[in-house]
Amino acid sequence: MIETIRSLGRWGLGSFERLGRGHLFLVKILMGIPELFLRFSLVIQQLYSVGVLSVFLIIIAGLFVGMVLGLQGYNTLVDFGAEESLGVMVSLSLVRELGPVVSALLFAGRAGSALTAEIGLMKSTEQLSGMEMMAVDPIRRIMAPRFIAGLISMPLLAAIFSAVGIYGGFLVGHGLLGVDDGAFWSQMQVKTDWYGDILNGVLKSVVFGVVITWIALFEGYDATPTSEGVGRATTRTVVHSAFAILGLDFILTALMFGG
Amino acid sequence: MPLIKIRDLHFYRGDRAIFEGVNIDIHRGKITAIMGPSGTGKTTLLRLIGGQLRPDKGTIEVDGQDVHKLSHRDLYELRKRMGMLFQSGALLTDLTVFENVAFPIREHTQLPESMVRDLVLIKLQAVGLRGAHDLMPNELSGGMARRVALARAMTLDPMMIMYDEPFTGQDPISMGTLVNLIHKMNDAMDLTSVIVSHDVAETSEIADHIYLLSAGKVIEQGSPVQLKRSTSQWVQQFMQGLPDGPVPFHYPGNTLEQDLLERKDAV
Ligand SMILES: Nc1ncnc2c1ncn2[C@@H]1O[C@H](COP(=O)(O)OP(=O)(O)O)[C@@H](O)[C@H]1O
Ligand SMILES: [Mg+2]
Repeated sequence: MIETIRSLGRWGLGSFERLGRGHLFLVKILMGIPELFLRFSLVIQQLYSVGVLSVFLIIIAGLFVGMVLGLQGYNTLVDFGAEESLGVMVSLSLVRELGPVVSALLFAGRAGSALTAEIGLMKSTEQLSGMEMMAVDPIRRIMAPRFIAGLISMPLLAAIFSAVGIYGGFLVGHGLLGVDDGAFWSQMQVKTDWYGDILNGVLKSVVFGVVITWIALFEGYDATPTSEGVGRATTRTVVHSAFAILGLDFILTALMFGG
Repeated sequence: MPLIKIRDLHFYRGDRAIFEGVNIDIHRGKITAIMGPSGTGKTTLLRLIGGQLRPDKGTIEVDGQDVHKLSHRDLYELRKRMGMLFQSGALLTDLTVFENVAFPIREHTQLPESMVRDLVLIKLQAVGLRGAHDLMPNELSGGMARRVALARAMTLDPMMIMYDEPFTGQDPISMGTLVNLIHKMNDAMDLTSVIVSHDVAETSEIADHIYLLSAGKVIEQGSPVQLKRSTSQWVQQFMQGLPDGPVPFHYPGNTLEQDLLERKDAV
């Protein structure tokens, strides 16, 4: 019994300590960002491996999610004779919710896990220590560019996801189910609000980008430096990111659209 | 004045003492070896000297500066003048041999590309791997990787180099190459070398001074000749590589009878 309480306490202390380390890590990254403006090529390289390599997955997923939305939305709307509003339904679902959330979940699985594995491997092969001893700060040289790349990539990927998804909805709605294309696009344009919908969606995906990249980098940096440890850290990145995305999405949605 | 001055060093991992009152002087221009059985904390000592770990008590001075009182920036300035060769080589796996050696130059200087190229090729020539400059680290043997790492550690012309187990896991030929290289570099470039190792024969061949560590303390020091003549049984056991002696073969614990009996009780 005592032992159970004790181990609970140990676990609690350990978690809080780790949380503290994670925040210090973030602060150090943020302090390294200003000098990146002088060496933006480092960020460009990472934009490729973090962002560009995820584009294909995002496009395919966006297309299918959009097509499914088109099918499901049509079935519901047609009962009310409102199938002309299919465009609005698809675009609002994507721009407000599914775009940021689903692309963030995919981003965590694709780019987040890759980041953790990469950093964890660099740690376990002493590359990070080696850099420190060459007087190169790995947080500034390795972490900061990846962090910025994640922050920039995520909203762009979410935008691509939503755009492709809307087109997927259009393909199904107009091509397959015969919704009038003029009505589809014009209703969408009228009812989708620049600030209320699009900007809020972008804001969400920026938040998700920061959180996923932060989790991924920290898990790698904090991994036990063995192959097993890196494997576990990679899993944790995906799981923790998913929780963080879904939890934050609820909070952000409540703040943005709840009132 | 010694280049590195370690005084009353204490360091703990949890409750376990790694160092309890270690004093070491490392003199300029010399090759100093720090030896001891695996797990005594030789790598830990190098990390303490490099400022990657912080002692629980005691001080480490490098070139007159207390490593653990320096600001982040000053510590990084000091590290530019300290080279370190990790056991694994610690080459950056996504860069070629050339780019690995060029890495410190590119990070710390604004030299034009033609000069970077000349510098890198000179360093690679010194370790005999100029021809390998296009290879990736995973295409190198262990000995070659260490030589590339050595070339990289030399690029900023440091005042000292610390070698972590440079000879472990090397075939006799690359072992000989490394021994020669370390010796040659030390003399030609007016370096101070610190070799951490448990390979007695190779290390005593080139070391000017040896410290023997065990159980958190320096138990003997002196020139290789002095150590070989030492009357301490422990030193003799270590220098000659005898399997049992004052350093027991068995990890401390219960006696065999106790463990067997306990087992029987539990069943
Ligand atoms: N990160 C660490 N966490 C906990 N214990 C460690 C860590 N690194 C090393 N140790 C322990 O410290 C002791 C000294 O390790 P090390 O300096 O690597 O020994 P050596 O290089 O002499 O073989 C070992 O017993 C090792 O188990
Ligand atoms: Mg070691």
